[in-house]
Amino acid sequence: MSKEFNADVLIDASLPLLGLELPAESRAVVKMHLETAERLSRLVRDFPLDDEAEPAPVYTA
Amino acid sequence: MNQPLHLRTALEIRAAVVSGETSASEIIKATIQRIETLNPKLGAFTDVTAPRAFEKARQIDAARARGEILGPLAGAPFAVKNLFDIAGLPTRAGSKINRERAPASADATLVARVEGAGAILVGALNMGEYAYDFTGENAHDGPSRNPHDVKHMSGGSSGGSGSAVAGGLAPIALGSDTNGSIRVPSSLCGIFGLKPTYGRLSRARTFPFVASFDHLGPFARSVADLAASYDAMQGPDAHDAALAARPLEPTSPGLDSGLSGLRIARLGGYFARGADSAAFEAVDRVANALGVNRAVELPDTERARAAAYLVTMVEGAALHADRLRERAGDFDPDVRDRLIAGAMLPGTWVVKAQKLRSWYRERAAELFREFDILLAPATPCRAPLIGQKTFVLDGREMLVRPNMGIFTQPISFIGLPVCAVPVWTEGVTLPIGVQVIGPPWREDLVLRVARALERDGIVKAPIGEAM
Repeated sequence: MSKEFNADVLIDASLPLLGLELPAESRAVVKMHLETAERLSRLVRDFPLDDEAEPAPVYTA
Repeated sequence: MNQPLHLRTALEIRAAVVSGETSASEIIKATIQRIETLNPKLGAFTDVTAPRAFEKARQIDAARARGEILGPLAGAPFAVKNLFDIAGLPTRAGSKINRERAPASADATLVARVEGAGAILVGALNMGEYAYDFTGENAHDGPSRNPHDVKHMSGGSSGGSGSAVAGGLAPIALGSDTNGSIRVPSSLCGIFGLKPTYGRLSRARTFPFVASFDHLGPFARSVADLAASYDAMQGPDAHDAALAARPLEPTSPGLDSGLSGLRIARLGGYFARGADSAAFEAVDRVANALGVNRAVELPDTERARAAAYLVTMVEGAALHADRLRERAGDFDPDVRDRLIAGAMLPGTWVVKAQKLRSWYRERAAELFREFDILLAPATPCRAPLIGQKTFVLDGREMLVRPNMGIFTQPISFIGLPVCAVPVWTEGVTLPIGVQVIGPPWREDLVLRVARALERDGIVKAPIGEAM
């Protein structure tokens, strides 16, 4: 996990925005999933791609 | 019948019906009896459609009596993961919430096509909730179990599909594969599974998970059955926006063409580390049998897998946003908490992940200019124990649920066709699979290679006898 990332802050800011409630027993698990996602996202965010790179949301193999 | 029915392949059953050795009605009677006897031990089926099956069998027997030509799968039982619509049943998709829905008014396109080929639907199969799973466990319906050792996982999320086919409850099952949910149960249960090219088979009237990556496909104990059921499912369908405009490309006629002219390599790098030795030994066995002596690298696969992981989290969360707000307490907590986390991730990550997908597809295309087939492990280990939460891979303790798909996820990310083939080690009860990967739209090649391996006895799918 990077120093800057604080999953608790993200959870507390997101819940009202999303209209979700989080059972107390779920917080640690959601936090773990967010920390995993943040770690994995660095592999994606750090990868250099041209501005012109096309996303593939509607995909033809 | 000389050979017990449950040991026969779908095509052998068809031959027995056509010749008059037995009738479709007798086959369904024996199949329903076997399901009733073994399902309490396996947890493979959530619904058995016996009246429908007997009626369909009666129609096939009547057609034969009239001298009609029977379909290519006539009389063969099949069952489908319970995210496929079956007319008259609510499509539960492994959830508690969806089983409150109205019964489906029509069958999924693929159910109708397989039945149109003469096969007989016998029921709906257990799965991980909303397909967000690699274990085959289900918080509401109990786990589907591995027929080779019922203490072990079937693999998910199409766990019931793996369990039913490996247990000899049906020769053919259909499942879905978003990040590995056909290939993981195939590997853990020791059967053949085909994940076709993204956009090849219609997903109409099935419950989605991640629209960007959702695929449907068959499981079987023989490659010929896999090809025959896949061939029956091809065709246009206006009700799936992602379906590609492809001609019908039957694979059965060329199935025994052998390996001549095929250029085959194994994937190194990412695909050659981070797993039990059993996973790599299985690839060694297949590669040696195919005379493969080249290892090649699909670059930045760790990034591709990360991108697939993020898109899955966010698209899954978007699909279930309303249910998370209104029915949070009715989810499997393991699934719900992953979905809630997915709802919180920035959209910019997902757009970048989708750009990386295009980039990674091009790297695969470059490899396929040089090779026709690539080999990789299907799962990082044999089937874990039911209830097991973590495993140690390459010296690192990891969660089982998200990490069984480390080798399948990068491949479905770019929609390549794969046949999972089952490898056995003498003296070891549980199997493990290898992915035979082809270029887009070349299901014929992956099935040809799987068939050559099967013919030479390198891979096989015996029925589990642990029940």
